[in-house]
Amino acid sequence: MKVLVAVKRVIDYNVKIRVKADNTDVDLTNVKMAMNPFCEIAVEEAVRLKEKGVATEIVVVSIGPKEAQEQLRTALALGADRAILVETADKVDSLGVAKILAKVVADEQPGLVIMGKQSIDSDNNQTGQMLGALTGMPQGTFASEVAVDGEKVSVTREIDGGLQTVALNLPAIVTTDLRLNEPRYASLPNIMKAKKKPLDVKTPADLGVDVASKVKTLKVEAPAARSAGIKVGSVDELVEKLKNEAKVI
Amino acid sequence: MGILVVADHNNASLLGATANTVTAAQKIGGEITVLVAGSNCADAAAEAAKLNGVSKVLVADNAAYEHLLAENVSLLVAELGKDFTHVLAPATSNGKNILPRVAALLDVAQISEIIAVESADTFKRPIYAGNAIATIQSEDAIKVITVRATGFDAAAADGSASIEALASVQDAGKSAFVGAELAKSDRPELTAAKVIISGGRGMGNGENFELLNKVADKLGAAVGASRAAVDAGFVPNDMQVGQTGKIVAPELYIAVGISGAIQHLAGMKDSKVIVAINKDEEAPIFQVADYGLVADLFSALPELEGKL
Repeated sequence: MKVLVAVKRVIDYNVKIRVKADNTDVDLTNVKMAMNPFCEIAVEEAVRLKEKGVATEIVVVSIGPKEAQEQLRTALALGADRAILVETADKVDSLGVAKILAKVVADEQPGLVIMGKQSIDSDNNQTGQMLGALTGMPQGTFASEVAVDGEKVSVTREIDGGLQTVALNLPAIVTTDLRLNEPRYASLPNIMKAKKKPLDVKTPADLGVDVASKVKTLKVEAPAARSAGIKVGSVDELVEKLKNEAKVI
Repeated sequence: MGILVVADHNNASLLGATANTVTAAQKIGGEITVLVAGSNCADAAAEAAKLNGVSKVLVADNAAYEHLLAENVSLLVAELGKDFTHVLAPATSNGKNILPRVAALLDVAQISEIIAVESADTFKRPIYAGNAIATIQSEDAIKVITVRATGFDAAAADGSASIEALASVQDAGKSAFVGAELAKSDRPELTAAKVIISGGRGMGNGENFELLNKVADKLGAAVGASRAAVDAGFVPNDMQVGQTGKIVAPELYIAVGISGAIQHLAGMKDSKVIVAINKDEEAPIFQVADYGLVADLFSALPELEGKL
């Protein structure tokens, strides 16, 4: 079975972001970028499926700027077989990404699509579900366990009250939660080998997808800062302040 | 303008966040219809009919909707949604699972986790783990939106909407519910609690969470956890507060043995009063805490329990 994995290049999760002075966006110049953490988990899960003999080929795809090739090479170093970059100059919203992925799915015919549950920049948590709608595939979102069994995949999902298990007909889409697995590190020999693996570059126009968005960002602001608090010296003082000053207990 | 609110519920009762979503719908303005799709969900529908501002409740009662499987419910919502200008759902795990699928079926963008309504087409939402707030405007004919419950008050239960049964059944036949493992707790639900006490890696192990439980019992509080505590296996992951867990905004949030990583702050920094108990006085959590106590939690927690 072929597995398709979608990965996104985002700001590194440790970076403290800055909002641009003109409030148009977040400042990304000279900021460390990395693979979205949920996407790393998706790649790891695909590689584990290959190691178990369930997956035969792993195709990794990214939609974004030329530099997203770095993240695709990382995925190749982790065990993906080949990569596709759909290069776009402008930001593409989740619906646009889902439409591009739907074309890639139509071309590649994967048995399973694995992607992160959300990117840590836009925090949308939409693309996997949208791809499900566009392809008609069932979805196992927020997965903490995935087991392929014949023509079905069983997905344990993290829901508000605990866990839920669903059985999906293949082909299906799985979006990863943090507890699905612990991603491995790429070894230096694998990083060298990854440089020789195939990486195709396409554009949305090649795929016949219009990615124009009807949602405009009017303004990006820093959130209201909390005023600095005080340090108390003892539990007594804490209880006293909560009772008489903050009046919350 | 008509607004369709997709209720989140467990068939027997509505999830609290549905009432907050109705308030967001009131701010957009227009007639509000609530959809309750489920199985034997008459009780949840009756509850929805009482929400202030709701004019009609549509009930789709069928086994295909019992566990709110996205494949089935999204087909129903997309079918109904064509007649509305806005489709809203709470940003719960069900809302987040279903609504993007609805948006793609309607060929429109989806707007996630709004915290404010500026006008019928302009909304505010946090991005980058809540470190920036974006104001966005949608030109789509149908606005499909999930609502962050902590951004809106819950609608009062003093209304009396009409209830109408829907005959339409949508079953994609591609997915099936196998089972669920729900955490049982006598304490208030995290996202609805007025007081929350959370533990982090500093708790050391799962047994030590008993110290938090004792304080929580005195305060009538819910107990939460940081991602570090969940990943270390101290507590189940439905207790996680943060960017990838639950978003909370209680009156009082007590963070114990939590350093205050960006990921965690994203889930709780809108709390009214934040208390931090940590032995590391350099911990970032102290930068957002209204009251900070630099102390060893293993002595501070029993003392706190004794003094409440």
